[in-house]
Amino acid sequence: MTQLPTSTEKKLGLVIDLDTCVGCHACVVSCKGWNTENYGAPLSDQNAYGADPTGTFLNRVHSFEVQPERGAAQTIHFPKSCLHCEDAPCVTVCPTGASYKRVEDGIVLVNETDCIGCGLCAWACPYGAREMDQKEGVMKKCTLCVDRIYNENLPEEDRQPACVRTCPAGARHFGDLGDETSDVSKLVAERGGIDLMPEQGTKPVNKYLPPRPKDEAAIDVLAPFLEPVAEEATGFLGWLDRTLEKL
Amino acid sequence: MNQPKLNLSPKVSDEVRKTTCYMCACRCGINVHMKDGKVAYIEGNRDHPVNQGVLCAKGSAGIMQHNAPSRLRAPLKRVGERGSGEFEEISWDEAYDIAAGWLKPIRETAPEKLAFFTGRDQSQSFTSMWAQAFGTPNYAAHGGFCSVNMAAAGIYTMGGAFWEFGQPDWDRTKMFMLFGVAEDHDSNPIKMGLGKLKKRGAKVVGVNPIRSGYNAVADEWVGINPGTDGLFILAMVHELFKAGKIDLNYLAMFTNAPVLVNGDEKSEDFGLLMRDKDNKLMVIDRATGKPAAFDKKGVKPDLAGSVRDAGWTHKTVFQHMAEKYLDPQYAPENVAEKTGIAAETIKRLAAELADVAFNQAIELDIEWTDFRGETHSKMTGRPVSFHSMRGISAHANGFQTCRALHLLQIILGSVEVPGGFRFKPPYPKPPEAHPKPHCGVKPGQPLDGPHLGFVHGPDDLALKEDGSPARIDKAFTWDNPMSAHGLMHMVISNAHAGDPYKIDTLFMYMANMSWNSSMNTRGVIDMLTDKDENGDYVIPRIIYSDAYSSEMVAYADLILPDTTYLERHDCISLLDRPICEAEAAADAIRWPVVEPDRDVKGFQSALCDLGAKLGLPGFVNEDGSQKYADYGDYITNHERRPGVGPLMGFRGNGDETGRGAPNPNQLDRYIENGGFAMAHIAEDHQFYKPWNAGYQDWAVKIGIYDAPQPYVFNLWSEPMRRFQLAAEGHGTRQPPDHLRERIKTKMDPLPIWYDANEAENKADEYPITALTQRPMAMYHSWGTQNAWLRQIHGRNPLYVSQKVWDANGFAEGDWARVTSPHGEITVPVALQAALNDNTVWTWNAIGKRKGAWALEEDAPEATKGFLLNHLIHELLPPKGDGLRWSNSDPITGQAAWFDLKVRVEKAPAPSDGESQPNLKPISSPVGTGPENLAWKVGK
Repeated sequence: MTQLPTSTEKKLGLVIDLDTCVGCHACVVSCKGWNTENYGAPLSDQNAYGADPTGTFLNRVHSFEVQPERGAAQTIHFPKSCLHCEDAPCVTVCPTGASYKRVEDGIVLVNETDCIGCGLCAWACPYGAREMDQKEGVMKKCTLCVDRIYNENLPEEDRQPACVRTCPAGARHFGDLGDETSDVSKLVAERGGIDLMPEQGTKPVNKYLPPRPKDEAAIDVLAPFLEPVAEEATGFLGWLDRTLEKL
Repeated sequence: MNQPKLNLSPKVSDEVRKTTCYMCACRCGINVHMKDGKVAYIEGNRDHPVNQGVLCAKGSAGIMQHNAPSRLRAPLKRVGERGSGEFEEISWDEAYDIAAGWLKPIRETAPEKLAFFTGRDQSQSFTSMWAQAFGTPNYAAHGGFCSVNMAAAGIYTMGGAFWEFGQPDWDRTKMFMLFGVAEDHDSNPIKMGLGKLKKRGAKVVGVNPIRSGYNAVADEWVGINPGTDGLFILAMVHELFKAGKIDLNYLAMFTNAPVLVNGDEKSEDFGLLMRDKDNKLMVIDRATGKPAAFDKKGVKPDLAGSVRDAGWTHKTVFQHMAEKYLDPQYAPENVAEKTGIAAETIKRLAAELADVAFNQAIELDIEWTDFRGETHSKMTGRPVSFHSMRGISAHANGFQTCRALHLLQIILGSVEVPGGFRFKPPYPKPPEAHPKPHCGVKPGQPLDGPHLGFVHGPDDLALKEDGSPARIDKAFTWDNPMSAHGLMHMVISNAHAGDPYKIDTLFMYMANMSWNSSMNTRGVIDMLTDKDENGDYVIPRIIYSDAYSSEMVAYADLILPDTTYLERHDCISLLDRPICEAEAAADAIRWPVVEPDRDVKGFQSALCDLGAKLGLPGFVNEDGSQKYADYGDYITNHERRPGVGPLMGFRGNGDETGRGAPNPNQLDRYIENGGFAMAHIAEDHQFYKPWNAGYQDWAVKIGIYDAPQPYVFNLWSEPMRRFQLAAEGHGTRQPPDHLRERIKTKMDPLPIWYDANEAENKADEYPITALTQRPMAMYHSWGTQNAWLRQIHGRNPLYVSQKVWDANGFAEGDWARVTSPHGEITVPVALQAALNDNTVWTWNAIGKRKGAWALEEDAPEATKGFLLNHLIHELLPPKGDGLRWSNSDPITGQAAWFDLKVRVEKAPAPSDGESQPNLKPISSPVGTGPENLAWKVGK
C-alpha cells in the first residue's frame, strides 16, 4: 500500500465560510471548467442531455435544513471537496501508489497514469470526496488547482484555486494552514473553524467556519423599542413644530 | 517517496479575449481563454466594474452554452402545421424576402398590424429605434412581465430603482434589508455585497416567504406572507412616525414633503401640488413664514407649513403623510395576522432601523454644494440600506408596495447618502426627464416618437380618438395607466381576441411565449395555433428569433437564428440598461471572440439588413443603400444626439468620454481596454446626486443629459393624483365607469397597501400561495440549459411547508394535485421546513417541453419537470361583466405572477409517471445532444 509523508512542508488547504456561502454553485462549475481543460483527463459527463445525467465533479454543494430548538428552520449550504487530510486513508489504501500526498504542500493527488480505477480510495474516503471518471476509468479529485497555484503563466493574483478565485461571496479562502500566522489560520482562530467529522481521525487540512447564530435581535429586546412622541396626527404635529424649532 | 514530477506551470491558453457575459442579465466581464481558436475556459474579469473577477456558476458554464447542441443552425421556414416543429432550412436571402414580403405591405397600409416584442433583449434602444422607424406603436421588451413595478415605482418616486438604477453602499452600510429577492437580479454584485457585509459583521435581514439562497445566510429571516410586504413596510413607517424617528431635515430639503398640496376640494387642481407664478413647487419658508419656491437659495422649507385661502387650507405633503401613516390600520398589532409577522418583530425591526440610521449615523468630511447654492461641510450618512426585486413587484399591489419601500428609505434619510442606497449613472433621473409614450401612426411613416415612457396624467395615455387603446397590449390605458414597459404577457391573448384590434404579424425575439414566459401556457399554445373559419391562423404570421431550439420555435412561421453570446456584437449602453457603479459611469461591449460555425446572424445585425430592405428611415442612406453593415457598424457610427452614441468611451480621436464624434476604432479600443469603459465621478460628487450641483454638471459633461436637472423626491406622486382626479370626474379625458372606482382607490398619490386580488383569485377556496424562484445556477433557458448546469438543477419538485406536508400526510416520493381557479397540475412534492406555512414554490423554467433544447424525451426536465404557468391565467377569473380583466397590476400592468392562489392535495402518481399536463413532443429542428461529453479543446 502507499505511504503518507511523515510531515509536509506546508499544509495548503481551503477555509470555507458556511456563514457566507449562499449556495450558488459558482465554485462547482468553475472547478469543472478548469479541471476539464487542465490537470489529467477531462471531467466527463454521461447522458449529458438525457435521463439521469451524471458527470464527474471535484466539488459539490449540498444543502441541508436545520431545525433549531427555538425559532424558524434554517438552510445551510455546504460545499464539499477533498479535504487534503494529513492522515489520508485514500492514500494508504491505494494499491499502486497512484494516490499520494505531496511533501511540499500536502496536496493529495492522483497520478492518473498509475491509477487502475479500482475505486478503493473512494471507498476509504469518509467524505465521499473522490469521483471515478466513467469515461477515463481513473479516479478524479480536487487537486487544489496545483496547476494554478504555482503557475508562472498566470498573474500572481490568479495563483489560487479556481473555486476561490470565482467565489462571488468571498466564502472560500486558500492558504497554508500549517502556518499559524497565515491569513487562513488567523481566520480559523477568530471564527472557531472546525474539522469535518474529526472522529474519523483523518486530520483534514480544510476547515469550515460555522454559521453565526441567526434570528437574534440586534438590540435589547427588553428595552422599549421606540418611544412614541405622539399616538395620533394632532399630537404628532405639535411634536413636529417643537422639533423644527430646534433644528 | 516517489512523487511524480508535475509541470506546475502549464500553458493556460494561447490568448485571452475579454467580453461581456450573457448567461443572465447581470452582464459581468469575462476572460475567454482561447486554445487553437476555440473557447477553452471562461473566468471573471478582475478589472470589470460589475463582477471584479468573480463569476457565478452560469458564467463559468458559458463554454457549454456556447457549444450547446440546441443551437439553431440556419434560417428556418415552417413546412408543417404550426406547433409541429417541422421546418426546412433556407438561406438568409430567402428569409429576408419572406419577412419583407409580409412587412412591407403592412408598413404601407397599417403599421400597427406589426407587433414587435423583444423579450429579454439587451438592445432596447436599438430595437425600439427599428420599431419606431417602422411606424408601429406595438413595441416593448419583457419588462411588463418582469419587474416594471420596481422600475416604474422607483423612477416615479425618486428617479431610479434597484439593480441597474442603484445599489446599497456596500462598504459602509450597517444594516441591510432584502425584500423579495430570490437568487437573481443582480446576481454577482449582491453576492459580493453580502460577502462584504458578512466580513464586517453588518446585519442582513431577509424578507421572503422562502429561506433559500441569500435569505439562507441572512442574520434574520422574516418569512412573510406573500403579497403583504407593503403592509409590513407601512407598519414600520407607522412606528417611525409615531416615534418621530424621521430625518426631518432631509425630507425638508430633498423631497416634496414640504410642498403645499392644494386643499380646495372644488378646484380642478385639488390634491395637486401648488406652484408659484414661475411654475415652481411652493413651500412655506420657515425663516419668513411666507410661501417661496422650493429651490430658492437659503430657503428653509417648513414641513409643518400651511396657507389658508378662500376658506380652504393647503397643507404640506408631510402633514398628509403623518395623517395617513399614523392611522391605526398600520399599527403592528393590526397587521400582524395578515403579514404573518409578530407585532413585536415589526416594532423591533423598526427600532433597529431607527437605531442604525440615527444613533449610528456616519459622517464623511467631504464638502459639497447643493442645487440651491448652499455649501455643506460634511456628508451625513444613514447606514441602512435595502434591495428588492420581483418578490414584491410581481403582485397586483406591487407598484404601491415598491413605492412604500422607497418611502421607508426616504423617511430614514438613507437615499444617496453614505451607508445608504446610491444611484448609478445615468440615474438619478426624474420622471420628467424620461420621454412620454407615443402612439401616432401614419402609414409609411415612422412613429411620432418613442413607444415607451412615463405618463404624467390622462393626457399622456396611448388612446385613439375614440378612446380605445392604441396599443395591442393596452399599455398606457385606463386599465393600467403607468405601464412604462408595456405588457408583453397580454400581446398574444389580445391579438388572438382581436381586442383592441387584430394584427397581421407577430415578430418576437428571445421570448419563450409558448412556454415559461407566458401565463396560461396551454391556452397560449392554442391561441398561436388557432384557425378562423377560413382555415387561416387567427394570428396570421409569426416571425421569431432565437439562438436555441426553445419551445417557441415550433410556433413560428419564420425563424431568424441568432448567435451565441460569444459570437456577436452588443453594446451595454448608457442609452439602454446600463452597468454603471455608484462611483462611475460604465459601459461595455460584446464582440465575436469566435466566429459562428453555422449560418446564423446576430439578431440586431439581421435587423440592420431587414431595416435596409424595408427602406426604414435611419437604416438607409440618402441614396437608399444600407446604412449599417451590421450591429457593430451601428454601435460605432450611430449618433442618438450629436456627439452622443451607444458607447460613451473612446469617442472622437479616442480620448473623449461621453461626448464626441464617432470613432471608427472605438470597438478596438474597447477590446484593448478589456471590453468596457469607465468614467469616474469625483469624490465630492458621489453622494446627494439629485441635488449635488457638481454631479449634475458632470452628468451634463459626459452626455447623460443636456442641462442640469436637480429635483426633489416625489413622496406625493402628482401623476397618480392626476389619474385619481380624472376618476373623481375632473377633466375631459375620463376613465370608463367600470374602472373609475379602482383608479380612485388604487392610485393614491401616497404609497398605500391593498390586498393583491385575493377575492378575485378566490383565496378563500384556494388558500395557499404558489411562487417560483430562479436558482442561482440556472437563469433563463437561453443562458443555462446546458450539460453542466442541468446536473445541478435538472429537477423541480413542488416544495411545500411542514404544515402543508403534515396536513396532506405527504411522504417522500409523493405527488400532489395543485389546483387554481384556472387549472390543475399533478407534480412531485418535497418538504421544505424553512418556508412560510401557507406557501408552496418551485424553481422557475426548469421544466421543458419534450423535443425542445436538444434534450432526450426522457430527460427529467421533460418528464418530472413542470411549470406553474399552467395554473396562472393572463386574465382574472370572469366577473360576469363580460370584460377581460388582465391579471396585472392596475397601475403599471405588471404581470401578477405571484398572486397565484392554489389548493394542494395528495394525488396518486400519474400512470405515466410524469408531471401533468404532459404535452405531446414537438419535432426538434436540431435533434438531440451527444450521449457523452469529455470536453477538452487543448492538447
